[in-house]
Amino acid sequence: MFPFSYTKVSDTSAAVAAGQRGGRYVAGGTTLVDLMRETVERPEALVDIAALPLRDITTTANGGLRIGALVRMADAAADRTVRTTYPVVSEALELSASAQLRNMATIGGNIMQRTRCTYFRDVTAACNKRQPGSGCAALEGFNRTHAILGGSDQCVATHPSDVAVAFAALEATVRLLGPNGERTVPFADFLLQPGATPDREHAIQRGELITAVEIPAQPRPLRSGYLKVRDRQSYEFALTSAAVALHLQGGVIRAAKVAAGGVGTVPWKLPAVERHLIGKRPSAALWTEAAERAADGASPLTHNRFKVELLKRTVARQLRVVGGTR
Amino acid sequence: MTAQPEIAVGTPQSRVDGRLKVTGRALYAADHPVDGVVYAAVVDSSVGRGRITDVDTSAALAQPGVLTVISHRNAPRLPYVDNPGSNNPPGTRLRVFQDDRVLFFGQPVAVAVATTLEAAQHAARLVEVSYAAEQPITDVTSAPANPPTTYARGDAETALGNAEVRLEMTYRPARNHHNPMEPHATIAQWDGGNLTVWDKTQWVVGGTQTELAAVFGIPQQSVRVISPFVGGAFGNGLRTWPHTTIAALAARETGRPVKLVLSRRQLYFGTGFRPAYDYRVRLASDRRGRLSAMSHDIRAETSSYEAFFEAVMAPGQMLYSMPNVRQAYSTVPLDVNTPIWMRGPGFATAAFVIESAMDELANELRIDPIELRLRNEPGEDPSSGLPFSTRRLRECYSVGAREFGWSRRNPRPGSTRDGDWLIGTGMAAAVYDTGGFPAQAHVRLHADGTALVQSATSDMGPGTYTSMPQIAADALGLTMRTVTFRLGDSIMPPTGPHGGSTTMASVGTAIQDGCDKVRRQAITLAVDDPRSPLHGVDPDDVIVRKGRMHVKNDPTRGETYQQLLTRNQRPHLEVIGTYAGAVHDRFSMFAYGAVFAEVAVDSRLGLVRVRRMLGVYDAGRIVNPKLADSQAIGGMVGGIGAALLEHTVTDPRDGRIVNANLADYLVPVNADIKDLRAIYLNGNDPEANPIGVKGLGEIVLVGIAPAIANAVFHATGRRIRDFPITADALL
Repeated sequence: MFPFSYTKVSDTSAAVAAGQRGGRYVAGGTTLVDLMRETVERPEALVDIAALPLRDITTTANGGLRIGALVRMADAAADRTVRTTYPVVSEALELSASAQLRNMATIGGNIMQRTRCTYFRDVTAACNKRQPGSGCAALEGFNRTHAILGGSDQCVATHPSDVAVAFAALEATVRLLGPNGERTVPFADFLLQPGATPDREHAIQRGELITAVEIPAQPRPLRSGYLKVRDRQSYEFALTSAAVALHLQGGVIRAAKVAAGGVGTVPWKLPAVERHLIGKRPSAALWTEAAERAADGASPLTHNRFKVELLKRTVARQLRVVGGTR
Repeated sequence: MTAQPEIAVGTPQSRVDGRLKVTGRALYAADHPVDGVVYAAVVDSSVGRGRITDVDTSAALAQPGVLTVISHRNAPRLPYVDNPGSNNPPGTRLRVFQDDRVLFFGQPVAVAVATTLEAAQHAARLVEVSYAAEQPITDVTSAPANPPTTYARGDAETALGNAEVRLEMTYRPARNHHNPMEPHATIAQWDGGNLTVWDKTQWVVGGTQTELAAVFGIPQQSVRVISPFVGGAFGNGLRTWPHTTIAALAARETGRPVKLVLSRRQLYFGTGFRPAYDYRVRLASDRRGRLSAMSHDIRAETSSYEAFFEAVMAPGQMLYSMPNVRQAYSTVPLDVNTPIWMRGPGFATAAFVIESAMDELANELRIDPIELRLRNEPGEDPSSGLPFSTRRLRECYSVGAREFGWSRRNPRPGSTRDGDWLIGTGMAAAVYDTGGFPAQAHVRLHADGTALVQSATSDMGPGTYTSMPQIAADALGLTMRTVTFRLGDSIMPPTGPHGGSTTMASVGTAIQDGCDKVRRQAITLAVDDPRSPLHGVDPDDVIVRKGRMHVKNDPTRGETYQQLLTRNQRPHLEVIGTYAGAVHDRFSMFAYGAVFAEVAVDSRLGLVRVRRMLGVYDAGRIVNPKLADSQAIGGMVGGIGAALLEHTVTDPRDGRIVNANLADYLVPVNADIKDLRAIYLNGNDPEANPIGVKGLGEIVLVGIAPAIANAVFHATGRRIRDFPITADALL
């Protein structure tokens, strides 16, 4: 671990000021401290924001849900409103990490977590994300867990979060506080595809602090759920995952929110799947037809070709689980 | 001498050291308090083969608290005397910091020593090593092999040519790493020419003490190895790895005690592994399933500097009856570090292949897999012609079939469904060698009626600390509470390695021998003592219970050890008990098992989940059924890992292990483990050793993976021959 300074802040303006001076925010520490131990991350100054008043889950004026950035994963998953109105969020959280990690990690930290790409996490390997211009060892290396969607010739690392997939599906927004006040960034614009700059992973400007994630009001009733496919039954990142939310009226699908995880360089919204569902009645055939569009545009690598088919089947399965029928 | 009643042996005793372990008071290698200790951190090679062209230590040495950085540039030349009798494989062992060669990715190339752990780790990171890199070779399938070790009986080629049914398959079990909870660690301290190490090891005397003496060219007696607790090992503590030498070297160079703990990542190339195999098997049988021949072409990875062998050939020679067998076992030297035995070594890999192949044959012939095995069950060992000491495999099959509900099985693959899940069942035979190494134990009976037993063995988790007092308590006629057992110190009487399922047989027998002799001494002293109520009694008529000697048929006539020794002013009686090691020339001695698995395979997503497993074992006497269950469950979990999850992945471009951590190298978690059950056939094997045990720690892993693979085939109709079996292969 490289030497660093450590300060605690107790209000958001102090945090933003420290962030402007180049400090890195740390809350649960479950990603950042790990990466510091591996010397992948070498921040010179850590700003501990755990004491900031960003721990509430509240209903917004227009009927959405606001989850404070410092709400622990475990607390968000256990929240009654989250569980009853957005099961896809609580399920995604509960299928993440381990109980110990969920008790420490926060929602803001979760969506900021960095890729599990083994070459990114090994400082002796080439990685454009960690060291721009050094190359991408994963492209021609062992890439079973890497992205089939959204990659570039610079980087094919997946975003590892589960709950971010649920947020992407529900078209959440990220609330940011910076030196010039607050702003709101749609989730789709918050996490960045690698392109030519894989080291740039999100839309946060220097000094900006995530204060909350907001899920907009959804048509009701809304059925939702999250499926995570992985080699072992717990404590592993997704090979593929699907976040699905469906609103049916009179037996017809009126709204569909679908995103996939484990396959994209960012949580992968599936608008083609969603469009195919709208206005139709649930049926086994519909789920399969819609899911056939899940891997549109996929560019698989040597070891992750299976994800193309697995993704379609994952989405089809979860459409059926949420939408019913056999 | 009259046999003592069996009171403690055979009872389900809890671990005597359980409380120490769960309260954190058991001292593992890195936990020992040593005054003035400083810390070492290893710098690993970041190329897979080549030469070191420069080592720039200036930034590292500039850090506060850094004492030194040692590399081949400044390390003293070490004698590295040969160490025959150790577990070092044939070849030239890796000599730390002795030259500029890099033989594998992750090889230790330097060590930083500092007054704090943080400073040492940071300094290690700041050491700049430059290399002239070369292309490493890491593929066991394609690389040139060493000349094979061969075995032949009959004429397998002709039999294959004439067979009614012929099958040919190639199986590829992946490389596995042991991944015990406790990382390897060493604390080394010199006192003049004498070296003390607190080390994680499965063999304090022959594994660590003799090796450090050989490396540093000092007398064996000048090295003391202390290792009272081992936090899991599964075989990777069976030899001395480079970090132990590095710790001792750093301690000598700095004049300070040095602590060195490998990181999880470093365990993947700083210690050994179960080698990957490329194993082609050909079977010949008639239509009724009688085998006439098997041919085995076996390739296994090893390092470029040592040729590691394991007992992968044995099962192919003796598990089934057939006149013709041909085997060729080649190690393939690669630019990797040297493998080491891992739980069920050799036998587990062979069982992967042979028991999968037998299932393929059963399916081909439409014969029940158990029936096929019964039709090829030998009456004597077909490799040696020797009678079996015990071989109760038929009973294992019948008990297992009954308890598992095998008769309810629809033999047609893909015939059973539960919602999205395809359900399958499979079985496999298990076999593992019954051995025993020479061992000694010091037994001392104190005048207060308590006993102390000591032996330089280990307890990596099977429960040596608990089972040995069970043996001693019965043989001395004491309660377990009054027997103390100590282990893990090279000043104690020597034993063989704590591996190969030999500890109970070896150390247990030595302890029984020592306790029998001490009991005999006490009884003799009593019957010769006119003041003793036992005076004049035939010693063979005396037994001891709860520390009191009495006439077997007259419990009122007797006295306690305490009374006898106190009256005779004898502070203690003591003896060294011995065991000469297993004798293999009269009987074929193996433990056996039948393993059954039920799996569910997601018909669309390809996920495999093990729903239940049953193992039925012919393992001789079971000294402690509770610890036996711990062993069996652990072995099954290991087998589930090997079948479905565990796979050390090497990047062929530079030899880098890309999943050298517990997030990417998957071992089963609790959620993967459902209903596991073991049954032990009641009985013992008096021909195997005096206490009648056959060993349990290895056999419980053997056969698990093929039973699962066979169940996956039964569920899906898909035969997967590359392990682990993952969703990729089943979509």
